[in-house]
Amino acid sequence: MVKEIERAGLTVVHCCSIVPISLTVGANRIVPTVAIPHPFGDPAMGPAEERALRRQLVEKALTALETPVQGQKVFD
Amino acid sequence: MATRVVHFLNQFFGGLGGEDKADAPPSLLVGAKGPGILLERLHPELRVVATVVCGDNALAQRPESVVSEILALLEPRFAGRPEERPELLIAGPAFLAGRYGMACGAVCQAVAARFAVPVVTGMAEQNPGVDQYRRGVHIVATAPDVSGMEPALRQVARLGLKLVRGEEVWPERDGYLSQGLRKNVFVDQSGAQRAVTMLLQKIRGAPFVTEYPMPVFDRVDPAPAIVDLAQTTIALVTSGGIVPRGNPDRIEAANAQKYGAYSLAGLAALGPASHQTAHGGYDPTYANGDPNRVLPLDAVRELVATGRIGRLHETYYATVGNATSVANARRFGLEIAHKLLSAQVQAVILTST
Repeated sequence: MVKEIERAGLTVVHCCSIVPISLTVGANRIVPTVAIPHPFGDPAMGPAEERALRRQLVEKALTALETPVQGQKVFD
Repeated sequence: MATRVVHFLNQFFGGLGGEDKADAPPSLLVGAKGPGILLERLHPELRVVATVVCGDNALAQRPESVVSEILALLEPRFAGRPEERPELLIAGPAFLAGRYGMACGAVCQAVAARFAVPVVTGMAEQNPGVDQYRRGVHIVATAPDVSGMEPALRQVARLGLKLVRGEEVWPERDGYLSQGLRKNVFVDQSGAQRAVTMLLQKIRGAPFVTEYPMPVFDRVDPAPAIVDLAQTTIALVTSGGIVPRGNPDRIEAANAQKYGAYSLAGLAALGPASHQTAHGGYDPTYANGDPNRVLPLDAVRELVATGRIGRLHETYYATVGNATSVANARRFGLEIAHKLLSAQVQAVILTST
């Protein structure tokens, strides 16, 4: 899906927990997330802390969208 | 008794001419032409009873109508007396010629469907016709150019004869490109034994052959970076299965056949009362407890409010990425992309579990 969206001309960031799959399939802008069942959260945290973590990850995704890339890049 | 073959050739190999004859409509000639003559010489047990010749451009520009014309030309041959009915269609080989490869694939597929005879063609693996037709057509792997004609014809004939006789064929043994099929077979050693043997060979640096080759994916050039996010409309897309509560479109928990488009209008965040995950294969407790953990709407809304993001597209798209086929994922992506483009969206955050 990521690739077809990018091929159509949209700038796309793939936020995912299993980065090797994203690399194999061919996403270009990749942001690693927390874990498969909760990529944008951590149930072990308190609600405020978890929201801050989520916002941080989304901000990282925005940075990826703003960053020119030549090929695949993982935004750790 | 020789096996009766119909041969398909383009204008060049069929002897009509070069690029100046590329618009030639299909014609049916009696007997063997060009490579067909060599085919009969190499394999006297084959007899080319008819040759269809068609210009490369004619087929490339009007594939459906020209393939119908070819079927109409062949119809009397197949409808004739059983002892004269063709038993095999051979197309090409097309080597690395793109238009010719697509034509060979299209003709093979159509003839097999209409007349229920085995069909074989030959192409170099990089020919675009391979990707398009390998699943339904036996395509012998050839050299990239005509210097490989003789071995290609030998292999095409051997495979074709086996198919006519109804014998079992295998890609590695019979020299054709894998069709992506799986067959159950009995072997002496268990999977564990074979895996350990393979591992030991790998450690020793000895050659080994995998039983499960990984697919090779193509690459897409990265889209340009977003210059001013504060002026940009972004959209949210997920393969994590976040859907309105009750999963109104019944998106499958695995091997999804569809995706959904859902409104975000009026929502500051997702919640357990309004949304859930439809995704199988992972523990849904955390996603159902707070769906923002998969589709981070609350954080995106905050960043729109601060002006960091221009606008959020008020529809999000969701499917389930659990054992979903590449073909379906590709189709979903393509359709979603077109909808987003027509809604003036410039950037996408796609989340996966």
